[in-house]
Amino acid sequence: MSLNEFLNMGGYAFYVWTSYGIALIVLLANILLPARQRRKLLTDIARSARRARRNA
Amino acid sequence: MFNNFFHKMASPKYFYRISGKLIPWFAVPCLLLTLAGLYYGLVEAPADYQQGDSYRIMFIHVPAAWMSMFVYVVMAGAGAIGLIWRIKLAEIVSISSATVGAWFTFLALVTGSIWGKPMWGTWWVWDARLTSELILLFLYLGVIALYSAIDDKRTAARAVAILAIVGVVNIPIIHFSVEWWNTLHQGSTVTKLGAPSIDISMLIPLLLMAVAFKLYYALVVLMRARCEVLERERNTQWVRELAETK
Repeated sequence: MSLNEFLNMGGYAFYVWTSYGIALIVLLANILLPARQRRKLLTDIARSARRARRNA
Repeated sequence: MFNNFFHKMASPKYFYRISGKLIPWFAVPCLLLTLAGLYYGLVEAPADYQQGDSYRIMFIHVPAAWMSMFVYVVMAGAGAIGLIWRIKLAEIVSISSATVGAWFTFLALVTGSIWGKPMWGTWWVWDARLTSELILLFLYLGVIALYSAIDDKRTAARAVAILAIVGVVNIPIIHFSVEWWNTLHQGSTVTKLGAPSIDISMLIPLLLMAVAFKLYYALVVLMRARCEVLERERNTQWVRELAETK
C-alpha cells in the first residue's frame, strides 16, 4: 500500500481524517487543560498563603 | 489492613500523593495501546466489503460511545457512594468524571455523524439510538451546570449525585435502542450473546482502542480529581505547604 493510497482512505479521506482529527484535538485538550489548571491553582494558593502571612 | 488502606485512600492528602505517582502508569500504556490500535486499525485491518475504508471511523466512534456510557455509570455509582457514606473522594471522582464523559459523548455523536453522512446519506436522524445518546450529552451538561451553580461543594455534590442517579435510566435505553426500535444504526457486533460477528482483524484494533480509552479516562479523572482536591482543601496546611514548595 502506497502512502497516497493510505491517505486517500478509499475515497473516504475527508470523513476518516476529520473524525480522527477531532478526536485528537478533544483528547489532547482534556489532558492539557487539567494540567494547566493544577499549575494555576498551585501558584494561586501560594500567593494567597503569602498574603495571609503578611496580614497576620 | 484493608480497612486501613481504604481509610488512607479516602483521605484527600494521601490520594493526592498516590495519584501523582500513578499518572505515568496510566499514561504510558495508554499511549502504547493507542499507537498499536491506530496501526492495526488504519494500516493492517482490511477495508470493509460494504463500507470500504469509511468503517475505520469505528475505531474511535465505538470506544468513545462505550466510554460515554461507562463513565456515566461510574459517575452515578461514585455519586451514590458519596451520597450514602459521605466519602469525599467518591464525590470528587464522580464530579471529575462529568467533563470527560461529556467529551466522550460529544466524540461519539460527532464521529457517528461524520460516518453517517457517507453511509446513510445524512448527518443526523432523530431515531432512538442517536436521540438517547444526545440526551446523555444533556445529562452530562446538566450535571456540570448544577455542580457549578451551587457554591458549597459538598451540597453541590449531593444534588449532582441525585441527578446523575436518576439519569442512569437512559443507559439501558441507549444500549437496547437498536433492538427495541427501527433505526438506521447498525446492531451490536461485539457485545451480544454468542461470539462477536466482527472479523478478528477488526476486533483486535477495536479492543486495543477500547482499553486505551479506559486508561485515558482513568488518567484524566486522576488529573481532574487532583485539581478538585487542591480546590477543596486550599485552606489546609498541607495544601499551602505543597503550593509554596512548588
